[in-house]
Amino acid sequence: MEQIPILQLGPFLLVTIQVELHDELAMTLQDDLTTRLAKTGARGVLIDISALEIVDSFIGRALAQIAGISRVMDATTVLTGMRPAVAITLVELGVTLAGIKTALNVDKGMQLLRESLDEPGEAPSPA
Amino acid sequence: MNTQGLTAILKNQESSILGSWVDSQLTLSGRRTLDANEVQEQSRSFLSGLSMAVKHGYDDALSGPHWDDVRALLSNLSKNRAIAGFSSSETATFVFSLKQPLFAALRKAYEEDPKALTESMWGVSTMLDKLGLVTIEAYQLGREQVIDRQQQELLDLSTPVIKLWEGIVAVPLIGTLDSERTQVVMESLLEAIVEHEAVVAIIDITGVPTVDTLVAQHLLKTVAAARLMGAECIISGIRPQIAQTIVHLGVELGDVTTKSNLADALRVALKKSNLAIVKLRVATAESA
Amino acid sequence: MPIRTLEQLHAARRLVLDWATRLEFSSLERTKLVTAASELGRNTLVHGRGGDMTISEVRNDSRPGLELRFEDHGPGITDIEQAMTDGFSTARSLGLGLGGARRLVNEFDIASEPAHGTRITVRQWKRR
Repeated sequence: MEQIPILQLGPFLLVTIQVELHDELAMTLQDDLTTRLAKTGARGVLIDISALEIVDSFIGRALAQIAGISRVMDATTVLTGMRPAVAITLVELGVTLAGIKTALNVDKGMQLLRESLDEPGEAPSPA
Repeated sequence: MNTQGLTAILKNQESSILGSWVDSQLTLSGRRTLDANEVQEQSRSFLSGLSMAVKHGYDDALSGPHWDDVRALLSNLSKNRAIAGFSSSETATFVFSLKQPLFAALRKAYEEDPKALTESMWGVSTMLDKLGLVTIEAYQLGREQVIDRQQQELLDLSTPVIKLWEGIVAVPLIGTLDSERTQVVMESLLEAIVEHEAVVAIIDITGVPTVDTLVAQHLLKTVAAARLMGAECIISGIRPQIAQTIVHLGVELGDVTTKSNLADALRVALKKSNLAIVKLRVATAESA
Repeated sequence: MPIRTLEQLHAARRLVLDWATRLEFSSLERTKLVTAASELGRNTLVHGRGGDMTISEVRNDSRPGLELRFEDHGPGITDIEQAMTDGFSTARSLGLGLGGARRLVNEFDIASEPAHGTRITVRQWKRR
C-alpha cells in the first residue's frame, strides 16, 4: 500500500507529493497527517505539490479538508509549488481553496509557516 | 489506362523524359531561380516513384502505398517551395511541366496506334492533373503553417513579461485583447511568476483601449490563479473609461488591488515585498 | 473502457494523459483535459452508477484533437441547465462539476434522459 512520507522539520511537518494523488492515497494522507499532528503537536504543515500535474475537484477538497483538520489541531497549512496549469485548471473548476495559504516554493512556504508562529496570541518563538 | 504500357515507356525513355522535363522546369522558372541539381534530384525521385506506383496499378483515387509515397514526395516538395516563397502555380509547374515530355514519349511509343495514343494521353493527362492538385493542396497547407507560425511569433512578441525587481514581475498589455491573446498572457505571466519566484505581479493595462466582459473575466481568472500559486496581482493603468466600463458591465473586481498607474502599483508591490526605495542624501561640499 | 470502480477511474485518467502526451498537447491543454476527464469520469461512477469512457483521435481540417465520451445508464439528469450552472467559487460543490468541466474543454455536448442515462461528449483540440 503506497504511503506518502511525512517528514518532521522542527515544529513543522513536511509532505512532498511525488506521485499522482489517487483518491485512496489522499484519504490515507489525511489520516496519516492527523495522526502525526496529534503525536507531534506540530504547529504547521507544508504540502509541496510541485510534482502534481493533475489536481481535480476531489483532490482540491481533500487538500482543503487537510487544512481544516490542521486548523482545528492548531496548525497552519501551506501549499507550495502549484504549477501554473494546475492553478488555471482549478480556477476554471471553481475551486478556491479558501483557507489554505499558498507559496511558490518550499523556501517561501517555510517562511510563511515561521511567520504564522509569531502571530499575535502566540508566545514569540526564538529566531 | 494501360499501366503496363506506361510503365514500359517510363522505363525505356526515362533519361530523355527526365532530361527534357528538367530543362523545361528550369526554363519556365522565370523570376525564381531554381537550383539545377535540386531540380534534377527531385525530378528523378518523382519519376522513379511514379514508375513504381504506375507499375503496381492505377485507379481514380490514386490509392495504395506506392501512390502514398508519390503524394508524400509531392507534399514535401510543395511545402518546401511554399516556405521558400514560390507561388502555388510556380510549384504546380513541377507536375504540369511533365506533361509535354511524357506526351512526346507516348507519341514515339504509339506512333502506329492512334487509338492507343489518344487513350494513354488522356489517362496520363488525368493522372498528372490529379497529382498537380495534390501539389496545390500541399502548398496551401505549407503556407498556412507559415502564417500560423508567424501569428504565434507575433503573439509571443507582444506579451513580454518583465522582471522589475527581485520578486516583482510586470506585464504591460498593449493593444486590443482577444480571448486567445489574453490566455497566452495569462500563461506567460504565471510561468514567469514561477521562473522569477515573484510574489507580486503587476498587470498594466494602460495600453489597452477597451475591456469587455470576456477580457475582464480572463484577467480575474489570472489573478485568482496567481493567488492559488502564492503570488499577488496588482492591476494598474486603469483609465477612467475602463473603470466606467468595468462598473457598467457589472464585473466584480473583488479584492484585487488596482492602481491607476504603474508607478503606484510598483510602490504597493515594493511594500508587499518589504522593500523600499530611499533617496540618498547628497554629500555636501564640507563633508567631501 | 469501463468506469465502474475507482481503480478504473484512475486507469481511465492515465489513459487520457497518455494519449494527450502522445499527441503532444501543450502542458496546459493536457492538464485541462485530464482534469475534465477526472471530473466527468467521477460523475459517471458516482452519479451514473458506473459507465464507460470511449477515447478517440479526431481531426478538424488539419488540427488533431481528442474526443472523450462518457456514457452511463444511471438515473440521468432531470435539469441539465441547473446542473451546468454553478457559482464561480463553490468550494463545497459536491455537485456534478459539469459546469467546471465544460470550461476546461473546447467542445462539450450533453444528452441525458431521466431514468435512462447520460452521455457526455467532449473534445479538446491541439492549439497551433
